[in-house]
Amino acid sequence: MERVIKDKIFKGFVILFAFITISPIIMIIYKLVIKGYRQININFFMQNAPDTYEAMIALNAGKIIPGGILNGITGTLFMVIIASTIAIPIGLLIGVFLYENKNKFYANIVRDITDILQGVPSIVLGLIAYFWVVKSITNGFSALAGSVALAIMMMPLIIRSTEETLKMIPETIKEAGFALGVPYHKIILRILIPTSFSGLLTGSLLAISRIIGETAPLMLTALGSSIVNLNIEKPTSAVPLLIWEFYNDPNMVDLVWSSSLFLMGFVLFLNILSKSLNGECRM
Amino acid sequence: MSEKITKIILFIASFIIVIISAGMVLSLMSGAAPAFKEFGFKFIISTEWNPTEGKEQYGALQFIAGTIITSIIAIIICLPLAFSTSLFIGEYFRGTKLAKIIGTMVDMLAGIPSIVYGLWGFYVLRPLIVDLGFNAQGFGIITAGIILAIMIIPYATSISTEIIKMVSNELKEAAYSLGATQKDVIMAVVIPEARSGIFTSYILAFGRAIGETMAVTMLIGNTNIIPKSIFDTGNTMASVIANQFGEADGLKLSSLIAIGLILFVITGLINGLGKIMIKQFN
Repeated sequence: MERVIKDKIFKGFVILFAFITISPIIMIIYKLVIKGYRQININFFMQNAPDTYEAMIALNAGKIIPGGILNGITGTLFMVIIASTIAIPIGLLIGVFLYENKNKFYANIVRDITDILQGVPSIVLGLIAYFWVVKSITNGFSALAGSVALAIMMMPLIIRSTEETLKMIPETIKEAGFALGVPYHKIILRILIPTSFSGLLTGSLLAISRIIGETAPLMLTALGSSIVNLNIEKPTSAVPLLIWEFYNDPNMVDLVWSSSLFLMGFVLFLNILSKSLNGECRM
Repeated sequence: MSEKITKIILFIASFIIVIISAGMVLSLMSGAAPAFKEFGFKFIISTEWNPTEGKEQYGALQFIAGTIITSIIAIIICLPLAFSTSLFIGEYFRGTKLAKIIGTMVDMLAGIPSIVYGLWGFYVLRPLIVDLGFNAQGFGIITAGIILAIMIIPYATSISTEIIKMVSNELKEAAYSLGATQKDVIMAVVIPEARSGIFTSYILAFGRAIGETMAVTMLIGNTNIIPKSIFDTGNTMASVIANQFGEADGLKLSSLIAIGLILFVITGLINGLGKIMIKQFN
C-alpha cells in the first residue's frame, strides 16, 4: 500500500513541476499583452521611435506616448534579409556537402565545427563582427556588421536543418535520377532541393526566428539609429535594440511592453508558420 | 566535368565554415593579445578591475566565478523542472494531446528573446525577490540564476524527452509484470537506461546558460566583485562585455575581448563534451 501512495505522490510532483515549468510562458505573454496592447496602433508601425523629450511631455500630460518603432522594424527586416542572403545559400551548400559526404573524415570535422559554432555565445559573435566589419570594412557601426553577426549565428542552424531534411529523402529518388544520366548539379537543383523544399523553408524560418530577437551582438555592431536607415554602412536600429533603449530611458520605459509584444508575436508567428509548413507538405 | 565543378563548389562552401571558425579564434586571440601580454596568466586569477588611467589593472576571475555560479544555480533549479517535464511528456502522458500542448509551450520558451526574459525578470521576478526580503534591490546572482533556469529548460528537456521515449517497452513491461509501480519503473528502468542522454542534455543546457547575455545583464546587478552569497550582485563574462564594451578602448577593450576568448573556450569545451557524449550513445 505504501508503495502505491509513494507512486501517487511521485506522479503528483511530476505533474506539479511540469506545470510550474510552463507557467512562465503564460505569465510572460499575459504581462506583455496586458501592458503592451494599448500602444499598438497604426502609428506604431508608421512612425519612428520618439525622443525622450516628446515622451516626457506625453507622460506628464498623462497621454499615450506618441510615435512607433518603424526605425526598429525596418532595421530588423533589413539586417535579417542581408543575413539570410549570406547565410542561407552557403548553409544550403554546406548542408548538401555534409549529406553527400556522410562519414568522410573531413565532413565529420566540418560537422563538428558547425556544432561548436552553434554553441558560441551570441555576444562573442558580436565581438567578431565588430573586428571583421566595424573595424575593418565600414569603419564604424553599421547594418552590415549586425548582419554578419546574425549570419554567422544562422549558418549552423541552416546547415544542420538542411542535412537532416535531405537525409529524409529516399535514396531511390536520387538513384532514379542517376540512372537516367542526370548530371550531378541537376540532381541537387532539380531533385534534392525541390523534394525537400518545405523542410528547407522550415529550417530557414526557424533560423530567422532564432536571430530576430538577438540584442547583444547588435549592441556591438549595428548600435542603433533614431531614423529609418537602409544604408548598410550606417548604424541601424532594430526592434530589440529599441527595447533596450526604452528600458534604459525612464521617460520611454512604458514603450518596452508594446515593442516586446510585437517582437514576441513576430517570433511566435514565424515558429507557427514554419511548423505548419512542415506539417502540411511533409513527404 | 559538371560533376567535378559541383563537387568543387560544395567543397569550397564547406571550407567557408572552417575559415570562419579559424578566423574567429585568430581574431579573438589577436584582440586579446595586448591584455595577456600586459597581465599574463594573472589576468585569469586576478579579481582587480580598475580602469583608472595610468593604474589600469584588469582581471577576469570575478566574471568567470559569476558566470559559473549563476549557471550552476540555473542548472540546479532547472533540473527537477526539466526532468519532471520530460517524464510528463515522454512517460506519464506520452502521446496524449496534453503532452503535445506542454511540449509546444516548452518550445515556446525557447522562442522568447533574451531581452524579453530580462524585462520580465526586472518587472515581475525582481519585485518578488525584494518582497521575499532576500535582497534590497532584487538584483543579483539568484535573480539571474532563476531567469537563466527558465531560459535553459527547453534545451534541458528536448534531448532527455527523446531519450526517455526511446527506453524499450519490453524492459518496462518486464518490470511492471514483477509488480513494479510506475515510479519503480522510472527509478529502476527509465533513469538508468536514459541516464547518459539526460546528463548530456543538462550539459548542453549548462553551455547555453554560460553564454546568455541580455537577461543576465539586466538582472545581475553589474558589480565587479566575486559574489560571496547567492544574494550578492555580480557580473558574468557575457554581461561585463555587454555593459562595458561601449566605452572601452585600448587595454580595456583588449581585456573585454580576452574575456570573450575565455567565454568562447569554455562554451566550446562544454559543447564538445556534450557532443562526445551524444556520439557515445548513438
